[in-house]
Amino acid sequence: MSETAAAPTRAADPPVEERRKPKKAPLSDRARAERRLGIMLAAPAFVVMVAVTVYPIVQAFFDSLFSYRLTAPDEREFVGLANYGVLFTDPVFWKDLGVTVLITLVTVAVELVLGFVLALVMHNAITKLRGLLRTAILVPYGTITVVSAFAWFFAFDINTGFVNSWLPFVEDSFNWFGSAAPALTVIMLSEIWKTTPFISLLLLSGLAQVPGELTEAARVDGGTRWEIMRRVVLPNMKAAIMVAVLFRALDAFRIFDNVFIMTNGAYGTEVLSLLAYRTSIGRLEIGMGSAISVVLFLCVIGIAIVAIKGFKVDLTSGEGR
Amino acid sequence: MTTKQKVGWIAITVVVLVYTLGPLVSILMTSFKATGDLTTGRFLPTSFVLDNYTQIFAGSARDLFLPALRNSIGITLIATAIAVVLATLCAYAIARLDFPGKRLVLFSALGVSMFPVISIVTPLFNLWRTIGLYDTWAGLIIPYLSLTLPISIYTLAAYFQQIPWDLERAAQVDGATSFEAFRKVIVPLALPGVFTTAIIAFFIAWNDFVYGISLTSTSAARPVPAALAFFTGASQFEEPTGAISAAAIIVTIPIIIIVVLFQRQIVSGLTQGAVKG
Repeated sequence: MSETAAAPTRAADPPVEERRKPKKAPLSDRARAERRLGIMLAAPAFVVMVAVTVYPIVQAFFDSLFSYRLTAPDEREFVGLANYGVLFTDPVFWKDLGVTVLITLVTVAVELVLGFVLALVMHNAITKLRGLLRTAILVPYGTITVVSAFAWFFAFDINTGFVNSWLPFVEDSFNWFGSAAPALTVIMLSEIWKTTPFISLLLLSGLAQVPGELTEAARVDGGTRWEIMRRVVLPNMKAAIMVAVLFRALDAFRIFDNVFIMTNGAYGTEVLSLLAYRTSIGRLEIGMGSAISVVLFLCVIGIAIVAIKGFKVDLTSGEGR
Repeated sequence: MTTKQKVGWIAITVVVLVYTLGPLVSILMTSFKATGDLTTGRFLPTSFVLDNYTQIFAGSARDLFLPALRNSIGITLIATAIAVVLATLCAYAIARLDFPGKRLVLFSALGVSMFPVISIVTPLFNLWRTIGLYDTWAGLIIPYLSLTLPISIYTLAAYFQQIPWDLERAAQVDGATSFEAFRKVIVPLALPGVFTTAIIAFFIAWNDFVYGISLTSTSAARPVPAALAFFTGASQFEEPTGAISAAAIIVTIPIIIIVVLFQRQIVSGLTQGAVKG
Protein backbone atom coordinates (compact mmCIF):
# COMPACT_ATOMS: atom_id res chain seq x y z
CA MET A 1 0.00 0.00 0.00
CA SER A 2 2.41 2.66 1.11
CA GLU A 3 5.14 1.12 -1.04
CA THR A 4 3.63 2.48 -4.22
CA ALA A 5 3.15 5.88 -2.65
CA ALA A 6 6.40 6.30 -0.85
CA ALA A 7 8.88 4.48 -3.06
CA PRO A 8 9.34 7.13 -5.76
CA THR A 9 10.04 9.85 -3.22
CA ARG A 10 13.06 8.11 -1.76
CA ALA A 11 15.81 7.74 -4.30
CA ALA A 12 17.97 5.08 -2.69
CA ASP A 13 15.30 2.98 -1.09
CA PRO A 14 16.44 0.04 1.01
CA PRO A 15 14.89 -3.34 0.21
CA VAL A 16 11.41 -3.99 1.61
CA GLU A 17 12.59 -6.10 4.55
CA GLU A 18 14.82 -3.38 5.85
CA ARG A 19 12.29 -0.64 5.38
CA ARG A 20 9.96 -2.43 7.77
CA LYS A 21 12.45 -1.68 10.53
CA PRO A 22 13.14 1.93 9.85
CA LYS A 23 15.12 2.42 13.04
CA LYS A 24 18.15 0.65 11.59
CA ALA A 25 18.58 2.96 8.65
CA PRO A 26 18.92 6.70 9.27
CA LEU A 27 15.74 8.39 8.21
CA SER A 28 15.72 10.95 5.49
CA ASP A 29 14.07 14.28 6.28
CA ARG A 30 11.31 13.37 3.92
CA ALA A 31 10.62 10.06 5.68
CA ARG A 32 10.72 11.74 9.06
CA ALA A 33 8.22 14.35 7.90
CA GLU A 34 6.01 11.56 6.60
CA ARG A 35 6.10 9.77 9.94
CA ARG A 36 5.22 12.95 11.77
CA LEU A 37 2.33 13.70 9.43
CA GLY A 38 1.07 10.12 9.71
CA ILE A 39 1.03 10.24 13.48
CA MET A 40 -0.60 13.66 13.49
CA LEU A 41 -3.39 12.55 11.16
CA ALA A 42 -4.06 9.25 12.90
CA ALA A 43 -3.77 10.55 16.45
CA PRO A 44 -7.11 12.37 16.88
CA ALA A 45 -9.21 9.33 15.94
CA PHE A 46 -7.01 7.04 18.03
CA VAL A 47 -7.12 9.30 21.08
CA VAL A 48 -10.90 9.70 20.88
CA MET A 49 -11.50 5.95 20.54
CA VAL A 50 -9.26 5.13 23.45
CA ALA A 51 -10.58 7.93 25.64
CA VAL A 52 -14.20 6.94 25.08
CA THR A 53 -13.68 3.24 25.82
CA VAL A 54 -10.49 2.57 27.75
CA TYR A 55 -10.99 5.27 30.36
CA PRO A 56 -14.55 4.15 31.28
CA ILE A 57 -13.60 0.47 31.48
CA VAL A 58 -10.68 1.26 33.78
CA GLN A 59 -13.08 3.33 35.88
CA ALA A 60 -15.48 0.37 35.91
CA PHE A 61 -12.73 -1.95 37.18
CA PHE A 62 -12.02 0.56 39.93
CA ASP A 63 -15.68 1.16 40.87
CA SER A 64 -16.34 -2.57 40.96
CA LEU A 65 -14.08 -2.85 44.02
CA PHE A 66 -16.34 -0.60 46.08
CA SER A 67 -19.68 -0.93 47.73
CA TYR A 68 -21.10 2.16 46.14
CA ARG A 69 -24.70 3.27 45.69
CA LEU A 70 -25.61 6.63 44.23
CA THR A 71 -28.53 6.73 46.66
CA ALA A 72 -26.05 6.67 49.55
CA PRO A 73 -22.80 8.13 48.18
CA ASP A 74 -21.32 8.78 51.62
CA GLU A 75 -21.31 5.09 52.47
CA ARG A 76 -18.88 4.30 49.67
CA GLU A 77 -16.52 1.68 50.97
CA PHE A 78 -13.68 -0.45 49.57
CA VAL A 79 -14.78 -4.09 49.51
CA GLY A 80 -12.19 -5.69 47.23
CA LEU A 81 -13.60 -8.47 45.13
CA ALA A 82 -16.72 -8.89 47.28
CA ASN A 83 -19.03 -7.64 44.51
CA TYR A 84 -17.73 -10.40 42.25
CA GLY A 85 -18.25 -12.92 45.05
CA VAL A 86 -21.87 -11.84 45.43
CA LEU A 87 -22.36 -11.90 41.68
CA PHE A 88 -20.91 -15.38 41.15
CA THR A 89 -23.03 -16.88 43.92
CA ASP A 90 -26.23 -15.21 42.68
CA PRO A 91 -28.45 -17.62 40.72
CA VAL A 92 -29.87 -14.63 38.78
CA PHE A 93 -26.45 -13.97 37.28
CA TRP A 94 -26.01 -17.57 36.12
CA LYS A 95 -29.53 -17.69 34.75
CA ASP A 96 -28.99 -14.45 32.79
CA LEU A 97 -25.65 -15.72 31.55
CA GLY A 98 -27.37 -18.92 30.40
CA VAL A 99 -30.07 -16.99 28.53
CA THR A 100 -27.44 -14.75 26.91
CA VAL A 101 -25.35 -17.74 25.78
CA LEU A 102 -28.46 -19.53 24.49
CA ILE A 103 -29.52 -16.48 22.46
CA THR A 104 -25.98 -16.07 21.10
CA LEU A 105 -25.63 -19.72 20.04
CA VAL A 106 -29.07 -20.02 18.46
CA THR A 107 -29.11 -16.70 16.62
CA VAL A 108 -25.58 -17.02 15.26
CA ALA A 109 -26.21 -20.59 14.07
CA VAL A 110 -29.49 -19.71 12.38
CA GLU A 111 -28.07 -16.51 10.91
CA LEU A 112 -25.06 -18.31 9.50
CA VAL A 113 -27.28 -20.74 7.59
CA LEU A 114 -29.90 -18.19 6.58
CA GLY A 115 -27.25 -15.59 5.75
CA PHE A 116 -25.42 -18.08 3.55
CA VAL A 117 -28.64 -18.93 1.70
CA LEU A 118 -29.33 -15.23 1.12
CA ALA A 119 -25.73 -14.70 0.01
CA LEU A 120 -26.09 -17.54 -2.52
CA VAL A 121 -29.33 -15.98 -3.74
CA MET A 122 -27.66 -12.59 -4.24
CA HIS A 123 -24.56 -14.19 -5.77
CA ASN A 124 -26.43 -16.22 -8.34
CA ALA A 125 -29.40 -13.94 -9.00
CA ILE A 126 -30.10 -12.96 -12.59
CA THR A 127 -28.96 -9.43 -13.36
CA LYS A 128 -32.43 -7.92 -13.47
CA LEU A 129 -33.28 -9.03 -9.95
CA ARG A 130 -29.89 -8.55 -8.32
CA GLY A 131 -30.36 -4.88 -7.39
CA LEU A 132 -33.86 -5.47 -6.05
CA LEU A 133 -32.70 -8.40 -3.92
CA ARG A 134 -29.75 -6.50 -2.50
CA THR A 135 -31.94 -3.52 -1.66
CA ALA A 136 -34.50 -5.74 0.06
CA ILE A 137 -31.84 -7.54 2.07
CA LEU A 138 -30.36 -4.21 3.21
CA VAL A 139 -33.68 -2.97 4.60
CA PRO A 140 -33.51 -4.91 7.89
CA TYR A 141 -29.86 -3.83 8.31
CA GLY A 142 -30.93 -0.19 8.21
CA THR A 143 -34.01 -0.62 10.37
CA ILE A 144 -33.60 0.44 14.00
CA THR A 145 -33.50 -2.56 16.35
CA VAL A 146 -36.16 -0.94 18.52
CA VAL A 147 -38.50 -0.64 15.52
CA SER A 148 -37.86 -4.27 14.63
CA ALA A 149 -38.55 -5.25 18.25
CA PHE A 150 -41.87 -3.39 18.27
CA ALA A 151 -42.86 -4.85 14.89
CA TRP A 152 -42.34 -8.42 16.10
CA PHE A 153 -43.83 -7.66 19.50
CA PHE A 154 -47.05 -6.18 18.08
CA ALA A 155 -47.38 -9.07 15.63
CA PHE A 156 -47.20 -11.69 18.39
CA ASP A 157 -48.77 -9.75 21.26
CA ILE A 158 -51.98 -11.29 22.63
CA ASN A 159 -53.94 -8.03 22.23
CA THR A 160 -52.66 -6.49 19.03
CA GLY A 161 -51.19 -9.52 17.27
CA PHE A 162 -52.37 -11.35 14.19
CA VAL A 163 -49.91 -14.23 14.29
CA ASN A 164 -52.11 -16.47 16.46
CA SER A 165 -54.93 -16.30 13.92
CA TRP A 166 -52.47 -17.22 11.17
CA LEU A 167 -50.87 -20.20 12.89
CA PRO A 168 -53.20 -23.20 12.80
CA PHE A 169 -51.47 -25.05 15.65
CA VAL A 170 -51.61 -22.11 18.07
CA GLU A 171 -54.65 -21.21 20.15
CA ASP A 172 -55.93 -17.67 19.61
CA SER A 173 -55.54 -17.02 23.32
CA PHE A 174 -51.89 -18.14 23.46
CA ASN A 175 -49.71 -15.56 25.19
CA TRP A 176 -46.26 -15.57 23.57
CA PHE A 177 -44.88 -13.24 26.21
CA GLY A 178 -46.18 -15.21 29.18
CA SER A 179 -43.33 -17.67 29.54
CA ALA A 180 -39.65 -17.95 28.72
CA ALA A 181 -39.49 -20.29 25.71
CA PRO A 182 -42.03 -18.57 23.41
CA ALA A 183 -40.90 -15.09 24.47
CA LEU A 184 -37.27 -15.95 23.75
CA THR A 185 -38.35 -17.40 20.41
CA VAL A 186 -39.89 -14.08 19.34
CA ILE A 187 -36.91 -12.14 20.72
CA MET A 188 -34.55 -14.32 18.70
CA LEU A 189 -36.71 -14.08 15.56
CA SER A 190 -36.51 -10.31 15.75
CA GLU A 191 -32.75 -10.39 16.35
CA ILE A 192 -32.26 -12.80 13.45
CA TRP A 193 -34.41 -10.72 11.11
CA LYS A 194 -32.54 -7.53 11.89
CA THR A 195 -28.96 -8.83 11.75
CA THR A 196 -28.92 -11.59 9.12
CA PRO A 197 -28.30 -9.05 6.29
CA PHE A 198 -24.97 -8.11 7.82
CA ILE A 199 -23.78 -11.70 7.95
CA SER A 200 -25.06 -12.42 4.45
CA LEU A 201 -23.24 -9.39 2.99
CA LEU A 202 -19.99 -10.56 4.55
CA LEU A 203 -20.57 -14.07 3.17
CA LEU A 204 -21.45 -12.61 -0.23
CA SER A 205 -18.08 -10.91 -0.42
CA GLY A 206 -16.51 -14.17 0.70
CA LEU A 207 -18.28 -15.97 -2.14
CA ALA A 208 -17.00 -13.40 -4.60
CA GLN A 209 -13.44 -14.15 -3.50
CA VAL A 210 -13.62 -17.88 -4.25
CA PRO A 211 -11.53 -18.35 -7.42
CA GLY A 212 -13.79 -19.29 -10.34
CA GLU A 213 -11.13 -21.63 -11.83
CA LEU A 214 -11.25 -23.79 -8.71
CA THR A 215 -15.00 -24.41 -8.82
CA GLU A 216 -14.77 -24.88 -12.58
CA ALA A 217 -12.00 -27.46 -12.23
CA ALA A 218 -13.98 -29.31 -9.55
CA ARG A 219 -17.01 -29.36 -11.83
CA VAL A 220 -14.95 -30.75 -14.72
CA ASP A 221 -13.67 -33.47 -12.38
CA GLY A 222 -17.27 -34.51 -11.87
CA GLY A 223 -17.90 -33.11 -8.40
CA THR A 224 -21.51 -32.74 -7.36
CA ARG A 225 -22.81 -29.36 -6.26
CA TRP A 226 -22.68 -30.38 -2.63
CA GLU A 227 -19.12 -31.66 -2.93
CA ILE A 228 -17.97 -28.47 -4.63
CA MET A 229 -19.65 -26.41 -1.92
CA ARG A 230 -18.10 -28.41 0.89
CA ARG A 231 -14.62 -29.02 -0.52
CA VAL A 232 -13.96 -25.90 -2.59
CA VAL A 233 -16.27 -23.00 -1.78
CA LEU A 234 -16.52 -23.21 2.00
CA PRO A 235 -12.78 -23.71 2.71
CA ASN A 236 -12.04 -20.68 0.54
CA MET A 237 -14.54 -18.60 2.49
CA LYS A 238 -13.00 -19.35 5.86
CA ALA A 239 -11.89 -15.79 6.52
CA ALA A 240 -15.27 -14.30 5.64
CA ILE A 241 -17.13 -16.89 7.75
CA MET A 242 -14.82 -16.25 10.68
CA VAL A 243 -15.29 -12.49 10.55
CA ALA A 244 -19.06 -12.92 10.24
CA VAL A 245 -19.30 -15.35 13.17
CA LEU A 246 -17.01 -13.29 15.37
CA PHE A 247 -18.79 -9.98 14.81
CA ARG A 248 -22.24 -11.48 15.14
CA ALA A 249 -21.38 -13.52 18.24
CA LEU A 250 -20.02 -10.45 20.00
CA ASP A 251 -23.05 -8.45 18.92
CA ALA A 252 -25.52 -11.13 19.99
CA PHE A 253 -23.84 -11.45 23.37
CA ARG A 254 -24.54 -7.76 23.96
CA ILE A 255 -28.24 -8.15 23.10
CA PHE A 256 -30.32 -5.53 24.87
CA ASP A 257 -32.85 -3.60 22.75
CA ASN A 258 -35.08 -6.55 21.78
CA VAL A 259 -35.33 -7.91 25.30
CA PHE A 260 -35.89 -4.49 26.84
CA ILE A 261 -38.77 -3.69 24.48
CA MET A 262 -40.51 -7.06 24.41
CA THR A 263 -40.36 -8.38 27.96
CA ASN A 264 -38.01 -6.10 29.91
CA GLY A 265 -36.50 -9.29 31.25
CA ALA A 266 -39.72 -10.72 32.67
CA TYR A 267 -40.53 -14.46 32.70
CA GLY A 268 -36.92 -15.64 32.63
CA THR A 269 -35.84 -13.71 29.56
CA GLU A 270 -33.35 -11.41 31.25
CA VAL A 271 -29.91 -11.14 29.65
CA LEU A 272 -26.59 -9.92 31.10
CA SER A 273 -26.76 -6.45 29.51
CA LEU A 274 -30.18 -5.93 31.03
CA LEU A 275 -28.96 -7.08 34.43
CA ALA A 276 -26.11 -4.55 34.21
CA TYR A 277 -28.53 -1.81 33.16
CA ARG A 278 -31.07 -2.67 35.86
CA THR A 279 -28.37 -2.73 38.56
CA SER A 280 -26.54 0.47 37.72
CA ILE A 281 -28.98 2.80 35.95
CA GLY A 282 -32.13 1.35 37.49
CA ARG A 283 -31.07 0.76 41.11
CA LEU A 284 -28.04 3.09 41.06
CA GLU A 285 -25.80 0.41 42.55
CA ILE A 286 -22.68 1.59 40.79
CA GLY A 287 -20.26 -0.84 42.47
CA MET A 288 -22.24 -3.96 41.63
CA GLY A 289 -23.24 -2.64 38.21
CA SER A 290 -19.57 -2.01 37.41
CA ALA A 291 -18.71 -5.57 38.45
CA ILE A 292 -21.31 -6.91 35.99
CA SER A 293 -19.96 -4.56 33.29
CA VAL A 294 -16.46 -5.88 33.85
CA VAL A 295 -17.61 -9.51 33.70
CA LEU A 296 -19.46 -8.78 30.46
CA PHE A 297 -16.35 -7.15 29.06
CA LEU A 298 -14.21 -10.17 29.98
CA CYS A 299 -16.78 -12.52 28.39
CA VAL A 300 -16.60 -10.55 25.13
CA ILE A 301 -12.79 -10.68 25.15
CA GLY A 302 -13.04 -14.42 25.79
CA ILE A 303 -15.36 -14.92 22.82
CA ALA A 304 -13.04 -12.90 20.60
CA ILE A 305 -10.00 -14.97 21.62
CA VAL A 306 -11.81 -18.27 21.14
CA ALA A 307 -13.17 -17.22 17.76
CA ILE A 308 -9.82 -15.94 16.48
CA LYS A 309 -7.89 -18.97 17.78
CA GLY A 310 -10.57 -21.38 16.65
CA PHE A 311 -10.48 -20.23 13.08
CA LYS A 312 -6.71 -19.73 13.03
CA VAL A 313 -7.00 -16.60 10.92
CA ASP A 314 -5.00 -13.51 11.71
CA LEU A 315 -7.54 -10.72 11.69
CA THR A 316 -4.93 -8.05 11.21
CA SER A 317 -3.23 -9.78 8.31
CA GLY A 318 -3.53 -7.72 5.21
CA GLU A 319 -3.32 -4.51 7.15
CA GLY A 320 -0.55 -2.10 7.85
CA ARG A 321 1.60 -3.49 5.09
CA MET B 1 -32.59 -18.79 -19.57
CA THR B 2 -35.60 -21.07 -19.57
CA THR B 3 -39.05 -19.93 -18.48
CA LYS B 4 -38.86 -22.38 -15.62
CA GLN B 5 -35.70 -20.75 -14.27
CA LYS B 6 -37.23 -17.30 -14.64
CA VAL B 7 -40.31 -18.33 -12.68
CA GLY B 8 -38.01 -19.89 -10.10
CA TRP B 9 -36.09 -16.64 -9.64
CA ILE B 10 -39.26 -14.60 -9.36
CA ALA B 11 -40.54 -17.01 -6.70
CA ILE B 12 -37.27 -16.73 -4.76
CA THR B 13 -37.41 -12.95 -4.99
CA VAL B 14 -40.96 -12.90 -3.66
CA VAL B 15 -39.97 -15.09 -0.71
CA VAL B 16 -37.00 -12.82 0.10
CA LEU B 17 -39.18 -9.71 -0.18
CA VAL B 18 -41.82 -11.14 2.14
CA TYR B 19 -39.13 -12.07 4.65
CA THR B 20 -37.29 -8.74 4.61
CA LEU B 21 -40.24 -6.40 4.29
CA GLY B 22 -42.89 -8.41 6.19
CA PRO B 23 -42.27 -7.05 9.69
CA LEU B 24 -42.15 -3.48 8.41
CA VAL B 25 -45.35 -3.88 6.41
CA SER B 26 -46.97 -5.33 9.50
CA ILE B 27 -46.07 -2.32 11.65
CA LEU B 28 -47.06 -0.02 8.76
CA MET B 29 -50.53 -1.62 8.73
CA THR B 30 -50.76 -1.26 12.51
CA SER B 31 -49.93 2.44 12.17
CA PHE B 32 -53.05 2.92 10.01
CA LYS B 33 -55.42 1.24 12.45
CA ALA B 34 -57.93 3.18 14.53
CA THR B 35 -57.80 2.53 18.27
CA GLY B 36 -60.73 0.13 18.26
CA ASP B 37 -59.25 -1.70 15.32
CA LEU B 38 -55.99 -2.63 17.05
CA THR B 39 -57.22 -5.72 18.81
CA THR B 40 -59.08 -7.45 15.99
CA GLY B 41 -56.27 -9.92 15.43
CA ARG B 42 -56.24 -9.03 11.74
CA PHE B 43 -53.21 -8.07 9.67
CA LEU B 44 -54.94 -5.34 7.66
CA PRO B 45 -56.82 -2.40 9.19
CA THR B 46 -60.58 -2.46 8.59
CA SER B 47 -60.25 1.14 7.48
CA PHE B 48 -57.10 3.16 6.91
CA VAL B 49 -56.96 6.17 9.26
CA LEU B 50 -54.21 8.71 9.92
CA ASP B 51 -55.11 9.27 13.59
CA ASN B 52 -51.83 7.84 14.84
CA TYR B 53 -49.78 10.15 12.65
CA THR B 54 -51.82 13.15 13.79
CA GLN B 55 -51.24 12.06 17.36
CA ILE B 56 -47.43 12.06 17.09
CA PHE B 57 -47.21 15.27 15.08
CA ALA B 58 -49.99 17.34 16.63
CA GLY B 59 -51.68 15.33 19.37
CA SER B 60 -50.85 13.96 22.78
CA ALA B 61 -47.62 12.18 21.81
CA ARG B 62 -46.25 15.29 20.13
CA ASP B 63 -44.18 16.56 23.04
CA LEU B 64 -42.54 13.17 23.30
CA PHE B 65 -41.92 12.52 19.63
CA LEU B 66 -40.97 15.84 18.02
CA PRO B 67 -38.15 16.78 20.44
CA ALA B 68 -36.86 13.22 20.21
CA LEU B 69 -36.84 13.41 16.42
CA ARG B 70 -34.96 16.70 16.58
CA ASN B 71 -32.45 15.22 19.05
CA SER B 72 -31.94 12.10 16.95
CA ILE B 73 -31.35 14.02 13.74
CA GLY B 74 -29.03 16.58 15.35
CA ILE B 75 -27.01 14.21 17.50
CA THR B 76 -26.68 11.57 14.77
CA LEU B 77 -25.59 14.06 12.10
CA ILE B 78 -23.00 15.71 14.36
CA ALA B 79 -21.64 12.34 15.53
CA THR B 80 -21.47 11.14 11.92
CA ALA B 81 -19.69 14.30 10.75
CA ILE B 82 -17.07 14.15 13.49
CA ALA B 83 -16.50 10.43 12.96
CA VAL B 84 -16.12 10.82 9.21
CA VAL B 85 -13.66 13.73 9.47
CA LEU B 86 -11.48 11.99 12.08
CA ALA B 87 -11.70 8.65 10.27
CA THR B 88 -10.80 10.22 6.91
CA LEU B 89 -7.61 11.76 8.32
CA CYS B 90 -6.74 8.52 10.09
CA ALA B 91 -7.50 6.27 7.12
CA TYR B 92 -5.54 8.51 4.77
CA ALA B 93 -2.52 8.20 7.06
CA ILE B 94 -2.94 4.42 7.25
CA ALA B 95 -3.33 3.96 3.51
CA ARG B 96 -0.76 6.46 2.36
CA LEU B 97 1.90 7.21 4.92
CA ASP B 98 4.56 5.20 6.66
CA PHE B 99 4.52 5.79 10.38
CA PRO B 100 5.05 3.78 13.55
CA GLY B 101 1.90 2.68 15.37
CA LYS B 102 -0.13 1.97 12.25
CA ARG B 103 -1.00 -1.54 13.37
CA LEU B 104 -1.75 -0.25 16.85
CA VAL B 105 -4.37 2.15 15.46
CA LEU B 106 -6.04 -0.58 13.40
CA PHE B 107 -5.90 -3.02 16.26
CA SER B 108 -7.50 -0.57 18.68
CA ALA B 109 -10.23 0.15 16.14
CA LEU B 110 -10.94 -3.58 16.02
CA GLY B 111 -10.92 -3.80 19.81
CA VAL B 112 -13.22 -0.81 20.24
CA SER B 113 -15.71 -2.19 17.71
CA MET B 114 -15.99 -5.34 19.83
CA PHE B 115 -16.54 -3.38 23.01
CA PRO B 116 -19.77 -4.18 24.86
CA VAL B 117 -21.61 -0.88 25.01
CA ILE B 118 -23.24 -1.70 28.32
CA SER B 119 -19.81 -2.09 29.95
CA ILE B 120 -19.00 1.57 29.53
CA VAL B 121 -22.49 2.86 30.22
CA THR B 122 -22.19 2.55 34.00
CA PRO B 123 -18.95 4.57 34.34
CA LEU B 124 -20.14 7.11 31.75
CA PHE B 125 -23.48 7.51 33.54
CA ASN B 126 -21.62 8.30 36.74
CA LEU B 127 -19.03 10.55 35.09
CA TRP B 128 -21.55 12.45 32.97
CA ARG B 129 -23.62 13.22 36.06
CA THR B 130 -20.53 14.57 37.82
CA ILE B 131 -19.30 16.79 34.99
CA GLY B 132 -22.72 17.85 33.70
CA LEU B 133 -22.85 16.00 30.39
CA TYR B 134 -25.77 13.81 31.51
CA ASP B 135 -28.86 14.44 29.39
CA THR B 136 -27.06 16.69 26.87
CA TRP B 137 -26.32 16.33 23.16
CA ALA B 138 -22.57 16.20 23.78
CA GLY B 139 -23.20 13.45 26.34
CA LEU B 140 -24.46 11.22 23.52
CA ILE B 141 -22.24 12.44 20.69
CA ILE B 142 -19.06 11.46 22.54
CA PRO B 143 -20.03 7.83 23.23
CA TYR B 144 -21.50 7.53 19.71
CA LEU B 145 -17.96 8.09 18.42
CA SER B 146 -16.97 4.77 20.01
CA LEU B 147 -19.61 3.12 17.81
CA THR B 148 -19.00 5.00 14.57
CA LEU B 149 -15.22 5.61 14.52
CA PRO B 150 -13.92 2.03 14.30
CA ILE B 151 -16.10 0.93 11.40
CA SER B 152 -15.48 4.27 9.65
CA ILE B 153 -11.71 3.83 9.92
CA TYR B 154 -11.92 0.25 8.63
CA THR B 155 -14.19 1.06 5.73
CA LEU B 156 -12.20 4.10 4.64
CA ALA B 157 -8.77 2.51 5.07
CA ALA B 158 -9.87 -0.40 2.88
CA TYR B 159 -11.29 2.04 0.36
CA PHE B 160 -8.28 4.34 0.26
CA GLN B 161 -5.94 1.39 -0.23
CA GLN B 162 -7.56 0.76 -3.59
CA ILE B 163 -7.10 4.28 -4.88
CA PRO B 164 -4.31 4.42 -7.46
CA TRP B 165 -2.28 7.10 -5.72
CA ASP B 166 0.21 7.22 -8.62
CA LEU B 167 -2.36 9.20 -10.57
CA GLU B 168 -1.57 12.15 -8.35
CA ARG B 169 2.07 12.08 -9.44
CA ALA B 170 1.05 11.67 -13.03
CA ALA B 171 -1.02 14.83 -12.73
CA GLN B 172 1.95 16.64 -11.21
CA VAL B 173 4.14 15.55 -14.10
CA ASP B 174 1.51 17.01 -16.39
CA GLY B 175 2.04 20.39 -14.70
CA ALA B 176 -0.44 20.46 -11.81
CA THR B 177 0.73 21.68 -8.40
CA SER B 178 0.68 19.16 -5.55
CA PHE B 179 -2.49 20.63 -4.14
CA GLU B 180 -4.22 20.79 -7.51
CA ALA B 181 -3.24 17.22 -8.23
CA PHE B 182 -4.62 16.11 -4.88
CA ARG B 183 -7.85 18.09 -5.19
CA LYS B 184 -8.62 17.25 -8.81
CA VAL B 185 -7.47 13.65 -8.91
CA ILE B 186 -7.54 12.08 -5.45
CA VAL B 187 -10.48 13.88 -3.85
CA PRO B 188 -13.00 12.83 -6.54
CA LEU B 189 -11.77 9.23 -6.23
CA ALA B 190 -11.98 9.31 -2.43
CA LEU B 191 -15.36 11.03 -2.06
CA PRO B 192 -17.58 8.01 -2.77
CA GLY B 193 -15.81 6.09 -0.01
CA VAL B 194 -16.20 8.96 2.43
CA PHE B 195 -19.87 9.24 1.53
CA THR B 196 -20.48 5.50 1.98
CA THR B 197 -18.76 5.63 5.35
CA ALA B 198 -21.00 8.52 6.37
CA ILE B 199 -24.10 6.47 5.54
CA ILE B 200 -22.92 3.47 7.55
CA ALA B 201 -21.90 5.65 10.50
CA PHE B 202 -25.29 7.37 10.34
CA PHE B 203 -27.12 4.01 10.45
CA ILE B 204 -25.15 2.91 13.48
CA ALA B 205 -25.71 6.10 15.47
CA TRP B 206 -29.38 6.24 14.42
CA ASN B 207 -29.83 2.68 15.72
CA ASP B 208 -28.41 3.28 19.20
CA PHE B 209 -30.66 2.48 22.14
CA VAL B 210 -28.49 1.66 25.17
CA TYR B 211 -26.76 5.05 25.39
CA GLY B 212 -30.03 6.74 24.50
CA ILE B 213 -31.96 5.39 27.46
CA SER B 214 -29.04 5.35 29.92
CA LEU B 215 -27.50 8.77 29.44
CA THR B 216 -30.62 10.89 28.99
CA SER B 217 -33.64 11.55 31.17
CA THR B 218 -35.69 14.27 29.47
CA SER B 219 -36.64 15.50 26.03
CA ALA B 220 -33.50 17.69 26.15
CA ALA B 221 -31.43 14.95 24.56
CA ARG B 222 -33.47 11.74 24.42
CA PRO B 223 -33.29 10.26 20.91
CA VAL B 224 -36.19 8.58 19.09
CA PRO B 225 -35.41 4.91 19.88
CA ALA B 226 -35.33 5.72 23.60
CA ALA B 227 -38.43 7.91 23.36
CA LEU B 228 -40.34 5.05 21.71
CA ALA B 229 -39.69 2.92 24.77
CA PHE B 230 -41.19 5.62 26.99
CA PHE B 231 -44.36 6.25 24.98
CA THR B 232 -47.49 6.04 27.08
CA GLY B 233 -51.08 5.89 25.95
CA ALA B 234 -53.68 8.64 26.23
CA SER B 235 -55.00 6.92 29.33
CA GLN B 236 -53.61 4.34 31.66
CA PHE B 237 -55.68 1.62 30.02
CA GLU B 238 -54.88 2.53 26.47
CA GLU B 239 -51.82 0.93 24.94
CA PRO B 240 -49.87 3.40 22.77
CA THR B 241 -49.50 0.78 20.01
CA GLY B 242 -50.79 3.05 17.24
CA ALA B 243 -48.61 6.01 18.14
CA ILE B 244 -45.50 3.85 18.47
CA SER B 245 -46.18 2.25 15.10
CA ALA B 246 -46.61 5.62 13.41
CA ALA B 247 -43.41 6.96 15.00
CA ALA B 248 -41.58 3.77 14.01
CA ILE B 249 -42.63 4.25 10.40
CA ILE B 250 -41.51 7.89 10.42
CA VAL B 251 -37.99 7.01 11.59
CA THR B 252 -37.76 4.10 9.15
CA ILE B 253 -38.65 6.10 6.02
CA PRO B 254 -35.31 7.96 5.74
CA ILE B 255 -33.49 4.63 6.10
CA ILE B 256 -35.50 3.03 3.31
CA ILE B 257 -34.83 5.99 1.03
CA ILE B 258 -31.08 5.87 1.71
CA VAL B 259 -31.00 2.09 1.19
CA VAL B 260 -32.88 2.28 -2.10
CA LEU B 261 -30.71 5.10 -3.44
CA PHE B 262 -27.33 3.83 -2.30
CA GLN B 263 -27.59 0.04 -1.96
CA ARG B 264 -24.57 -0.57 -4.18
CA GLN B 265 -22.30 1.75 -2.17
CA ILE B 266 -23.51 0.41 1.18
CA VAL B 267 -22.83 -3.18 0.19
CA SER B 268 -19.33 -2.45 -1.07
CA GLY B 269 -18.54 -0.25 1.92
CA LEU B 270 -19.70 -2.76 4.49
CA THR B 271 -17.95 -5.74 2.98
CA GLN B 272 -14.68 -3.95 2.20
CA GLY B 273 -14.43 -2.56 5.69
CA ALA B 274 -15.14 -5.81 7.44
CA VAL B 275 -13.43 -8.42 5.31
CA LYS B 276 -10.50 -6.70 3.67
CA GLY B 277 -9.88 -4.14 6.38
